Order: sequence, then structure tokens, then C-alpha cells
Amino acid sequence: MTSTDELLAIDGVTKAYPGVVANSDVSFRIRKGEVHALLGENGAGKSTLVKTIYGLVRPDAGTMTLDGQPYAPADPSAARQAGVAMVFQHFSLFDALSVAENIALGMETPPKRRVLARRIREVSEAYGLPLAPGRRVGDLSAGERQRVEIVRCLLQNPRLLIMDEPTSVLTPQEVEILFRTLRQLSAEGTAILYISHKLDEIRTLCDGATILRHGKVVGDCVPRETSARDMAEMMVAAKLDMPVKTPAAPGPEVLAVNALSLPAQGQFGTALKEIGFTVAAGEILGIGGVAGNGQDELFAVLSGETRTEPDTVTFEGAPVGRLGPHERRALGLLSAPEERLGHAAAPEMSLADNALMTAARRMGLAPGGWIDRRGVRAYAEKVIAAFDVRTPGPQTAAGALSGGNLQKFVVGREVMQDPRLLIVNQPTWGVDAAAAAHIRKALIRLAEQGAALIVISQDLDELMEISDRITAICDGRMVRPRPAAGLGMNDLGLMLGGRDPEEEAAA
Amino acid sequence: MDISLINLIPLLMAASTPILLAGLGELVVEKSGVLNLGVEGMMITGAITGFMAAVSTGSPALGFLGGAAGGAVLALVFGVLTQGLMSNQVATGLALTLFGLGLSALLGQSFTGLKPPHTPDLHLPVLSDLPVIGPMLFRHDAMVYLSLVALVAVWAFLRHSRPGLILRAVGENHAAAHALGYRVTRIRLLAIVFGGAMAGLGGAYLSLVRVPQWTEGMTAGAGWIALALVVFAAWRPVPLLIGAYLFGGITVLQLNMQAAGVNVPVELLSMSPYLVTILVLVVMSALGAAAGAPGSLGRAFHASR
Amino acid sequence: MIRLERRPAPSRTWTYLAPLLAVLATMIAGAIMFALLGKDPVLAIRTIFWDPIFSAQFGAYSRPQLLIKAGPLILIAIGLSLGFRAGIWNIGAEGQYIMGALAGASVALAVYPMELPVLLPLMVIAGALGGWAWAMIPGVLRTMFNTNEILVSLLLVYVAEQILSAAAVGFLRNPEGGGFPGSRNLQSYASAHNAEIIAGSGLHWGVVAAFISVIAAYVLLQRHILGFHIKLAGEAPRAAKLAGVVPARLVLFCLGVSGALAGMAGLFEVAGPAGKISIDFGAGYGFTAIIVAFLGRLHPAGILLAGLLMALTYIGGELAQLMLGLPAAAIQAFQGMLLFFLLAFDVFGHYRLRIATGRTA
Repeated sequence: MTSTDELLAIDGVTKAYPGVVANSDVSFRIRKGEVHALLGENGAGKSTLVKTIYGLVRPDAGTMTLDGQPYAPADPSAARQAGVAMVFQHFSLFDALSVAENIALGMETPPKRRVLARRIREVSEAYGLPLAPGRRVGDLSAGERQRVEIVRCLLQNPRLLIMDEPTSVLTPQEVEILFRTLRQLSAEGTAILYISHKLDEIRTLCDGATILRHGKVVGDCVPRETSARDMAEMMVAAKLDMPVKTPAAPGPEVLAVNALSLPAQGQFGTALKEIGFTVAAGEILGIGGVAGNGQDELFAVLSGETRTEPDTVTFEGAPVGRLGPHERRALGLLSAPEERLGHAAAPEMSLADNALMTAARRMGLAPGGWIDRRGVRAYAEKVIAAFDVRTPGPQTAAGALSGGNLQKFVVGREVMQDPRLLIVNQPTWGVDAAAAAHIRKALIRLAEQGAALIVISQDLDELMEISDRITAICDGRMVRPRPAAGLGMNDLGLMLGGRDPEEEAAA
Repeated sequence: MDISLINLIPLLMAASTPILLAGLGELVVEKSGVLNLGVEGMMITGAITGFMAAVSTGSPALGFLGGAAGGAVLALVFGVLTQGLMSNQVATGLALTLFGLGLSALLGQSFTGLKPPHTPDLHLPVLSDLPVIGPMLFRHDAMVYLSLVALVAVWAFLRHSRPGLILRAVGENHAAAHALGYRVTRIRLLAIVFGGAMAGLGGAYLSLVRVPQWTEGMTAGAGWIALALVVFAAWRPVPLLIGAYLFGGITVLQLNMQAAGVNVPVELLSMSPYLVTILVLVVMSALGAAAGAPGSLGRAFHASR
Repeated sequence: MIRLERRPAPSRTWTYLAPLLAVLATMIAGAIMFALLGKDPVLAIRTIFWDPIFSAQFGAYSRPQLLIKAGPLILIAIGLSLGFRAGIWNIGAEGQYIMGALAGASVALAVYPMELPVLLPLMVIAGALGGWAWAMIPGVLRTMFNTNEILVSLLLVYVAEQILSAAAVGFLRNPEGGGFPGSRNLQSYASAHNAEIIAGSGLHWGVVAAFISVIAAYVLLQRHILGFHIKLAGEAPRAAKLAGVVPARLVLFCLGVSGALAGMAGLFEVAGPAGKISIDFGAGYGFTAIIVAFLGRLHPAGILLAGLLMALTYIGGELAQLMLGLPAAAIQAFQGMLLFFLLAFDVFGHYRLRIATGRTA
């Protein structure tokens, strides 16, 4: 490797936030045209590092060099001018604006509207990412939305393209298309900094990898020549014992959803179409799907936040479609939503209050409406102890906990109420590996004790690991659930795209 | 008393000008994602500062300038509190109204009963000599035309300019705008100050042209009607004009009916603009106009990591 | 470089400190304002905050006034605080106050001059119903059509004021008043008079109701699941829905309670200190109560203190008007300023100030 080959050099970059050092003395190099992976767990400091490169975060110490020149972008605009572009993990798009407007917002000097529209078409077709400039972004699918971001970057002929967890919202087929585009770019000389924790992707795509743990570089490797296991061991400090689900003998049916159709709520909601499935006692039903395909809407119908015709949802034979969350909980139908802050928990309220929030009825914490403070505290303490929630105590505000600890509390709060049916949406999203393993084990144990579970998740590995049967939701429709045993990634990919693998095979 | 269109339209245009100005300002503010409920307070402050400037300089033009400045300064207080110190926008807007009412009364003590310098009508050449529509549309004071020019300018700014696009983006999703490197707080502050200046201008039009004199609490809810107008217009400038002229029409009509001694209780006539505003709000919300609201409206923004 | 940094959990210390600092800052800013008006600032501040209670000359008159003014402020603010906590913004308490007074006074004037022992309780119920009904308009519109309750409740104040003036010159006018606007004086109608319970103390039934409302609100918020749901709905609306809170019911409850309390406050005022329905009956209590609610941190005990403090500024303001020729409007600006400072200091409850050494790479 010659020095003229080098595009970006990071030397000793350090960034500390109160209570946590996000990056500590991080150094690595990216060559021109290289696809370089930044690998690490949630919270390893990947996001802070790329934000530093993109000018959103100023490092406390350290230097960066871009193409031989000192590089210290004051803001993203400076980064873009230097040829650095970024595709965000949580899209930086504006739903109410058009594709062209969204793209113009990400450019330094956008051309005239008509010229821009033409160039969007040209570039998007050249890279196999077709886009209509006039469409409203809010109406696009997750994959199309990502295209908008990528095309926005490409129009500026970047030298370095940063991609933050780009595949977390894509179907396996869409991932294929994305990888083709990235390889094409790399062949044209654009360097790509690819952030992920998915080892297989990195092994197929990347030329080099830097591995971060707790904000420090713990190693680098050539992914094609390194086994996934070795990379995983570098990424995760301790060896984790993965939970194992023994397939359950199906018990009696607990929940049935019959012909559930629901018009889209709000401007950018998804309509549910003709959904029907059942869950049996002792069974875990995994529901996969790309974000925004109706998971949240389905969750709300199951939890009781959205009410339907009585017979649409039956619980142990009784129609419950009309009942609210409170009444459903009394029957033993419990739920834990995806968004921790603001939905599953009230961030500024104490853990005790957050325990009271959903456990009042089942745990008898407010007999006759009068709150039993001591009982609430005791229950919160019980959850904290049983789920190893790291916190000073039940009076701590929920928002002060780390994502993993709060998620353990939220799931624990429901699991310890001894539910007949528990519905969880994205149980381990944004949670460190240890906490995730803890939560999955608790869910499996709950099923083994005879409860029925519905796990909605975008993490296919997670679904494969814990589900008895798997289904997927795509554009508000659900595919037929299939036994998890024997499903391949290709089958799952088809299901995520709304197709039934058996029918595809027959066709 | 003749309640005919030829008489009504020029009066209607003048009566609508204050709420049109204030509504336009608030529209821009809300487009940037900020809900400023202090329009009433900024209007009344503009009414008195404008009045003071006009009376002490003898120039209506300086008066309007003073009104805009008064509204803008008050808006800046709101901006510093909500953008700099992340205070609750609803509470701060209310505080602005309460403070503005008190401050204006305080400032206006020695100005009660005075007459401001006359704001002349501009007869637009040729156009004003047209039969019927000449006297109807083209013999107004400069502020009426200015309010219409401002409307077109705001429309063009939001629809066609890059800064307008950025402003809408900030209002739509402040986190995304920040991630792209736009200065959310700075853009919002500018919008807030613009909104204050427009509200102040509207207030000054009340005290300098519409009434024309200073009395405590003279805005009498015009600021709130301007806020309602923005909802009515679903955050678009052209329907805002229609709304403003509609309310202006009702105001003029009920005043004329009062003067004509129509056999309807005076109080019922006086409350009619408020009742109509409520009615329109209900109809618009029933039709789902709230869906057009900017995505980040009223939410505080803090650039944490 | 000075930056604000979000605290992981809100600071309790600042919850208590912010109102105290706000009062202090307002005194300083007020003193500057008074100095600009050409008044002796120290004397003005003393006249407003000290003399009404401790002056030998005025104390006897103003001390009872403290309760008379604080009563309606506290009663209204307690109601408002429930809604504010839940993110439901009733800012039209002034209108509900007027409608409560009209409803209650109408009951009394309808049976005049019959002496009935149950008349005052009946009037209280009518007053509460009047305020409740007026608040139900924005409530029902919000739940049925999702109409913004802020604008509707506020616009209804202007409508209520028109009804008030129609009543004063029309249907409630005193037939023996020689054609002047204004109703009969209820102070001289024994059954309807909300008289002082202890002569010379300022303590009338409205003040008692205010104290009861403070205790009831405290119990509701601290001990009852409904109070918990109100707080939860304000902190995290989606979490509240998950907990089984029905938003529409909460809107109706909060608006209803605040309307009823404001209506009662109006009734106690018209049957007591004010005595009669007149065109200028609405004295702005409904708006000042908003400041009281915030200054009291939306907490019942805080509202009690804030109500007394705000009453003090009213009385002190009047005194300063009398003694120093300070304009009446100055006190209104003063109260608005207090709310500004409070909101400004509040930021430190959620954020901490960090003076960063701006080192760049």
C-alpha cells in the first residue's frame, strides 16, 4: 500500500461524553476505492466516529487527514464539500417533501429543478436504483427511501461514502441490489465506510475491517480471510451462551386473529389487509418484516391501543377486539412495544411509576384506584432484581437507564406478571448483546412455562433463534406462518417480500 | 346604511389587513416548526410601539417600522426562551401574550386619546380610475398593498426558494435537518423574529389606520384569530388570504349591521367573528386539516448526540 | 463555549429553586422597570411585597384582601393544572369564570327575594355547571373533531364577555337600578350572599373551596390512579394509551374539572366580594391563574403558595398605584415577566450548563 493510495487517515480520535468515552484514541486508514467495514456492537462508538468524520461531532483530540490534506470539517456542509457523503441509519428524510426536494436539501449547490430531476433519473438508473423525482418521500417504501439517500450522495460524486447500518431496513433481495451498487461505486474509485454488526455482510462485501469495542480499536482484519467467529470474538468481549429454544409441543390455541383489515391511520401509516393467524400456548410466533410494513399497526391491534370489531381478535375463545389495553391485561394479554422512551416507558418518571403503568391491574397495585406505593416499589424492585437491571433503584427515572437496562426492565415488567400471552415488538432493538441474550432467554423460559408469545422483529437471526413458527408482514399483508426449523435465509427473504416460499417453489 | 359590495369590499380589505399580516408571520413561524401562541401579545405591543413612533415622529411610515420592531423584540424574547432555553412553547407563547398586554398598557398610558398622523391612501395610477373596481380595489393605503405583496413574497419564498425549502425542511423534521447540517435553532429564530415583526405590523395597522387611536387591549383577540387562520389555511398562503378576507368581511358586515341598527342584539353581532372562527376551526379539523401541519410543530429541538 | 446538556433525569433541586429564582429575578427586573418609570425602585418593591401584609397603616385592610384575591386564583389554577399536566390546554378559564358567575347569579335572581337556606349551595352547583358547560364546548369539539382546544377555549372568552355585557345591560339588569347596567347586589340578599365566615379575615366560602381543591388535587395526583394517568398522559401520551388511558375521556375530565372550578370561582366572586354582575366583572383572574399554575409547578401545594404570592402582587400593585402613582398596567407586565423568568430558569431542571473548552482536532 503506497501513501498516494490512502484516502482517509484517522489518528488518535477521542470523544468523551459525560459518563462515557465514545471514542478513545481511534486510528485507522481507508484506501481509495476500498470498502472498509467498521464493525462493533451497539454502543461500541461506531456512530460517534462516523459523525465525527461527517462533521456533526467535534472530537476532543486527534486528527484526520483526507487525501493528504488535514481534514477537520466544522459542519456537514464542509464535509460534503470535501467529498464526504453519508447515508444515515435512521433516515434523514422529510416525509412531506418530494424526492427532488429531499435530494436538493442534501446538496451544496443544487441545480435548477428540471436539471436536477433529469440527473436524479440518470444517476438512479445508472446504479440500478430507480426513483421518481416528483414522488412524496412519505409514500415510499423503506428500500426506496434509502435509495433517495444514496442518490443524494451520489449526485455529489463523493470520494468517501459513509453507510451507517444500511441493511437493517432492507429485505435480503434489496441487500443484493445495494451491494451491487456499492461494488460498482468501489470499482469507480469511491471509498466506502460501511458500518455494521452483521458479519456475513461484511465478509461478502468489505476489503478491510476495523473492529471497535467500548470506543477503542480492538483489531483489524481482512474479512474475506477471517472467519465470522473470529470477528465476533473480537467484537464481543465475553463469550455469550446463546439461548436454545426446544420446540414445544403445541398447546391449546390462545389467540386468533381473523380477517383483520384496518385502513391506514394518518398520512404515512400502513393499512392492514386480511390478516389472520393463531398462536398456541407454549409457542413463540415470530413476525418478521422490513420496518414500516404494518408492524406497529398490528401491534396496536393486539395490545388494544387500536380497537376493532370484537370477533377480529379472540383470546382463549372470547372476542376481545373491542377491549382496551387495560381490560386485555386483566385477561392476561400483555404487550411490550418497540419504542422504549415515550411508549413502553415514560422517560421522566421513576421505574416504580413505570412499573405501575402496566402492572396496576394484574399485580393489584392500585386496589379501588388507590395506589399502593409500597406494593409498587416492591414490584419494581422485584423486576430489577430478576432481570438484572443495573440501576440505583426504583426511584431512578427510566430515561436515565441505558437502552439495554431499560429494555430488560420493560420486558421484565410484563414477563413477571405471568401473562397468558405476551406480544413484544423489537425486544432487543438497540440493545447490547448481553442484555439481548438475557431478554431472549427470558422470553423462551416464559414460553416453556406455557405462555403464548408473539415476537415482532426485524432481526432475522433473532427470529430464527427463538421462534417455533415464523411469518412475515409486508405492505400490511401477512404470509402464512411456517415452522422455523428448516427455513433458510432465502425463504425468509421471500417471506419478507410478501411471498410464500412453498408457492414460489411450486410455481 | 348601504350594505353593498362596492362599499363592503374596500372596508373588508382594510379590516382584514391586520390579521392577514399577523397570520402570514405566524404561518412562516409554524412552517419552521415553532408554535408561537403569543401573536396577540406581539400584535398589541406592535400597536403601541407603532403608535408611539408615529405620534412622536409624525410619520406613519416610521410608525409602522416601530410597530414591526416592537413585535420583533417581543418575539425575540420568545425565541431566546424556546430555542435557547428549550422552554415549553405553549406556556411561553401564553406568557408572551400576558406580558405583551401588560407592557403595552404600561407604555401606552400617556398616549390614550391622542390621534396618530394620517396614513394617506395611495391611488394607484390608471387602475384607481377604473369604474367600480377602481374605488373598490385600488384606493387603499400602502399597507393594504404591502400585505398583499408580503403574501406573494411568502408564497414564492416557501414554494420556490432554497431558503424556503430549508425552512420547510426544518419544520418538517428537525432531527433530519440537523443531520444534514442545517442550523435548526438559527433558522427558527429568524422565522420567529419575522413572525413578530409581521404581528407588530398588523398591530400598528390597527392603532394607526383601523381605529385609529390607542386603547388598552385594542387587539381584542385579533391575534388569536390570526392563529386560527393558519389552521384554517392548512399552512398555505393562498387560503390564508381567503380566510383573512372572510373574517374581515364578517367583521365589517357586523359593524355595519350594528351601525344600521339591525334588529339583532349588539352582543350577538359583536361575538359573531369569534363564533365564526370557532365554527371554521371545527369544520377544518373535522375535514382533517391538521394532517397538513409541519411534522415538528411545537416540539423542542436540542442538538444532543 | 457554553452549552446546554440534557440531564438524564430531571433535577429535583431545580424544581424548587426555579420559582424562587424567578421571583427574585422578577423583583430585580421589576425594580429596573420602576426606576425607568421614575419611581423609587426599592420603595416600589417594598410597597408591593411587604406593605400589604406588614404595614401598620394598610395591613388591616389588605391582609383580608390577600385571601379574597388568592381564593379564585387558586381555585382556577388547581383546575387548570390538572389539564396542563396532561397536555390539555384550557386557556379560557376567564370565560368559564364569567359563565359560572352568570349561571349562579341567575339562579339567585330568579328566586329573588325569597329567602332559602339552600340557595347559596344551589348557586354553587349552578356556577360549577355553568363553567363546566362552557369548558365542555372545547372539550367536545376536541374529542369529536380534534379541534384545537387552545384556540376554542380562548375565543370563547370573548363570546362570554359579550354574554356578560348582554346580561349586565339586559336580562340580569337590576329593575330598580334606574336603568344603569349591572344586576342587583347579592350582598344585600342574605340567602345568596357569600359572606365572610370570620368577619374581617377575608375568608369566604370560595377560599374554603380553594383550600379543599388543593387537598383534593394533592390526593388525586399522589394517591389515585387517575392522577397518575393524568401525569402519564402529559409525560408520554403513547405510554398512557398503552396503560389503558382513553385520551378523549381524559380531555373531558380535565376540561370539565377546570371549567367547573373556574365557574365556582366566578360564582363565589359574584355572590361575595364583587356582589353583582357588571360589564367589567371579568377581572382577568382566569388569565392570571395560568401564571399561578405554572409558578406553582402545577403542584397543588405550589399553587397554594403561588396563588398567595400573585394575590400579593395584585394588592401591592393597587397599593403602589395609590401611594406611588404606579400605573395599574405595570403590575400586569410584572406578572408576565414572572412567568418569563420562571420558564427561563426551568431549563436548568432538564439541562445542565456546561462550559466546554472548545478544543478542535
